[in-house]
Amino acid sequence: MENIRYDLITALPEIFILCMAMVILIADLFLKKNNRIAIYGLAQSTLLGAAYITFTTHAPSVTYAFTGTFVDDAMADVLKLMIYLGTSLILLYSRQYIQLRGMFRGEFYALVLFSVVGMMIMVSGQNMLTLYVGLELLSLSLYALVALDRDNAKATEAAMKYFVLGALASGMLLYGMSMVYGMTGSLNIADINNALMNESKIHAVLVLGLVFIVAGLAFKLGAVPFQMWVPDVYEGSPTAVTLLISSVPKLAAFAFIIRMLVQALPTLVVDWQQMLVIMAVLSIVIGNITAIAQTNLKRMLAYSTISHVGFILYGLMSASMNGFVYAMFYVVSYVLMTLAGFGIILLLSRKGFEADQLDDLKGLNQRSPWHAFLMLIVMFSMAGVPPTLGFYAKFSVLQAALEAGYLWLVVFAVLMAVIGAFYYLRIIKLMYFDEPLDHSPIVAPLDMRIVLGVNALALLVIGMMPQGLMELCIYAVTRSLS
Amino acid sequence: MVDYFSLDYFLKHILSFAIWVPVLSGIVLLFTADENKPDNTRWLALVGGLVSFLVTIPLYTHFNFADGGFQFQEGFRWIPAFNINYHLGVDGIAIPLILLTSFTTVIVIIAAWEVIEKRVAQYMACFLIMSGLMIGVFSALDAILYYVFWEAMLIPMFLVIGIWGGPNRVYATIKFFLYTLLGSLLMLVAFIYLHMQTGSFEVTDFHRVTLPLNVQILIFLAFFTAFAVKIPMWPVHTWLPDAHVEAPTGGSVVLAAIALKLGGYSFLRFAMPIAPDAAHHLSGYMIALSLIAIVYIALVALVQKDMKKLIAYSSISHMGFVTLGFFIFNNLGLEGAIVQMVSHGFISAAMFLCVGVLYDRVHSRQIESYGGVANTMPTFAAFAVLFAMANSGLPGTSGFVGEFMVILGAIEANFWYAFLASFTLIFGAAYTLWMVKRVFYGEIANSHVAALKDINKRELLILSTLAIMVLALGIYPQPLTDMTNATVTQLLSQLAQSKLPAGFTSGL
Repeated sequence: MENIRYDLITALPEIFILCMAMVILIADLFLKKNNRIAIYGLAQSTLLGAAYITFTTHAPSVTYAFTGTFVDDAMADVLKLMIYLGTSLILLYSRQYIQLRGMFRGEFYALVLFSVVGMMIMVSGQNMLTLYVGLELLSLSLYALVALDRDNAKATEAAMKYFVLGALASGMLLYGMSMVYGMTGSLNIADINNALMNESKIHAVLVLGLVFIVAGLAFKLGAVPFQMWVPDVYEGSPTAVTLLISSVPKLAAFAFIIRMLVQALPTLVVDWQQMLVIMAVLSIVIGNITAIAQTNLKRMLAYSTISHVGFILYGLMSASMNGFVYAMFYVVSYVLMTLAGFGIILLLSRKGFEADQLDDLKGLNQRSPWHAFLMLIVMFSMAGVPPTLGFYAKFSVLQAALEAGYLWLVVFAVLMAVIGAFYYLRIIKLMYFDEPLDHSPIVAPLDMRIVLGVNALALLVIGMMPQGLMELCIYAVTRSLS
Repeated sequence: MVDYFSLDYFLKHILSFAIWVPVLSGIVLLFTADENKPDNTRWLALVGGLVSFLVTIPLYTHFNFADGGFQFQEGFRWIPAFNINYHLGVDGIAIPLILLTSFTTVIVIIAAWEVIEKRVAQYMACFLIMSGLMIGVFSALDAILYYVFWEAMLIPMFLVIGIWGGPNRVYATIKFFLYTLLGSLLMLVAFIYLHMQTGSFEVTDFHRVTLPLNVQILIFLAFFTAFAVKIPMWPVHTWLPDAHVEAPTGGSVVLAAIALKLGGYSFLRFAMPIAPDAAHHLSGYMIALSLIAIVYIALVALVQKDMKKLIAYSSISHMGFVTLGFFIFNNLGLEGAIVQMVSHGFISAAMFLCVGVLYDRVHSRQIESYGGVANTMPTFAAFAVLFAMANSGLPGTSGFVGEFMVILGAIEANFWYAFLASFTLIFGAAYTLWMVKRVFYGEIANSHVAALKDINKRELLILSTLAIMVLALGIYPQPLTDMTNATVTQLLSQLAQSKLPAGFTSGL
């Protein structure tokens, strides 16, 4: 009995959010249309409450729960706090957008909170099945969210595509896990590691299982050659949902990779390192080059995401403590940049107008110099130009890769970054050098304007003082992995 | 207790002031500007520019001329996680360039007074911020700090060309940005590699580390791509004519007067002292590229029809002298190259301003649109001829001093270098004076020229200031050479020492 209570406390934030999601679903039934805004407030306070619980129960030590299938360590807590923060921004940025499109319903908020729980379980899972269940909870919520606007043919198509390919990826992941289970006799991360440590020879089935696991992860992450779904889903989904798909789940995916590859299968490092190298290089090439040909802003950002995933993999493939720290730093930076970038798209959209074409940004500097400036920061940050946060993100992963001895791959990544800079510059060109096509005033709630401003300026400010964020990542990763 | 208003405090942090005063005044300008009252914005910008200039003056007056090392050093640990420090310091090579930067910014602000009508605040802010960032490049003693300034300075320049430029501005500005970015990213890789060898990003540590020859060559080439693009050297110069032609006058002035010097300065600060053996090893190629720039690009300049393009090619040709002076490794050559950099800063700025004066009135940069301008604008013609003479290296002007010193240095190294380099005196005179002849002399060519009004007081002010500088440096270059002397001597002795590890030839 004592044990159960202890377990429940360790998973308290997850339990809290889950309960609140139920409350929101029920409350939605009893609220009149004009009072629906209360649901939004409820969702935001849920995240705030969860943040409070995570923060106050935080300890630098590692705590296991539910017979070792669930873990609460520094990395989990830091990433969870980032997830709350990111989700809270998503809810804020998307409020007006979904109100205008008839999606402002309890389901939206409940599904978002379910996906948050999924991500939290991915972050804290210490057993292959726990991790898998978390991933599925996240994925299923996202499929439903993409299709939430059910009369929108494009969104429904995107949801279908996302679901079919996502299910395939889950299948592969599960298949790979079963092979690992077959060879080691356990699904627990720590037990798998121990079983393999004593093994003198690595069996081929294990490597085959690893291939399936890495392929499944790459699908979820959107790394080449498993990236096909990314642009279509980004383009087809309502922008508010694209914002969700493209941002915080990457934090969970990062934790997932760390748990699976670094904590469970470090003995196979030579094998997974090779796979990550190939995927990293291909992602950077395909992402950056294909992005140039896009005319749709959301598709362009989708390819930009693929190239960012490539850079994150550069950190992971270094397979060193520094590499993992820098990869985490990159993921966090990426999430901040993406939130601000899609935030601007949401800001510019209005009823019946999506602002998702590149041309919709034309002349933004004349319509609103302030928002053009914010987008300028985001674009330069994505391109990795100092003094923005994106520079340190790229700088650090390249440093890790160079320390791991990948000199020519680093030079190659750098050349690709120049190609990447081109399409970010094109956005700036549209905003600053062209005349506006559309003169309608930009209408957005005050809280969104302020938070978006803070979000984008944070890229600049953290870019000038990255020490704090870096220390946080060092703390999280070293406490959890050593 | 620190007294923040004492002279002592100011002198200790003078470089920070030199960097951040213009940057902050640019930011203030952006936030306080009122589009309907552009005159307030202009005066505010001018005050910001003047204060920024005054702040840099003590660098000269409080400089210790006998010391060839870094002075006015300051710093703190900036990003300990990466071992990056905010470390500033300048030597005799950096200070003239810093003064040139803050001086040019004032000129650019005055030159834009009535010319820029749309988005005045953004224009002025871009130049002020750029000025601070470029001073940062000249004074950073930490490689990553240097890199941050170096890259950040691209952003305002990109916007200046793109927003206020000519018809083909988008192509030109994106080309400018991508060319420079490509080179600088390779330099970043070199920095990270050097960090792995030394455990720090301090420039002085980089200067000390021993490296095998093949590693030095790779590092030198990484730096070379960054700096050769910036200077620019043949054959990576093609972005410069495009950028100059499309940029507004102020953009051209800053580009020619200062941005090109960033490349020259960086050769002396990074490429050569970090990889001295590679620099010696590859000096033949570098000299060959410099001579191609001097001779071939001068011939290209000869056939230009667009005045700005002609001056752009002339800049490339003159910068060929700078790189030639660097790679002959002697005192005269190196000092000549530095004098040439400063002098070219004044002359090219003046030349572009002269084109700007004509362009504002006639809206054409083509030589054939003009003829007989001297008849309608006699005062202006006098200035233009003076600057043209300086550009072709007439004795008594600053253009002569640097070129003469480099040629003397080249004779010491090899007679044929000097022989080829001295062609510039012929070609330089040919393309510059021929342009002057076609634009200013002869009959009044058309009604536009007939309707020209001579320069106003504002234009007179900037052109005469520059004329004084060109003549002063030409007649009495001593203050400048005194300043660089100790540093150049120290640099040369540093370059003469091999940095190869004992007993190794290959290290990769």
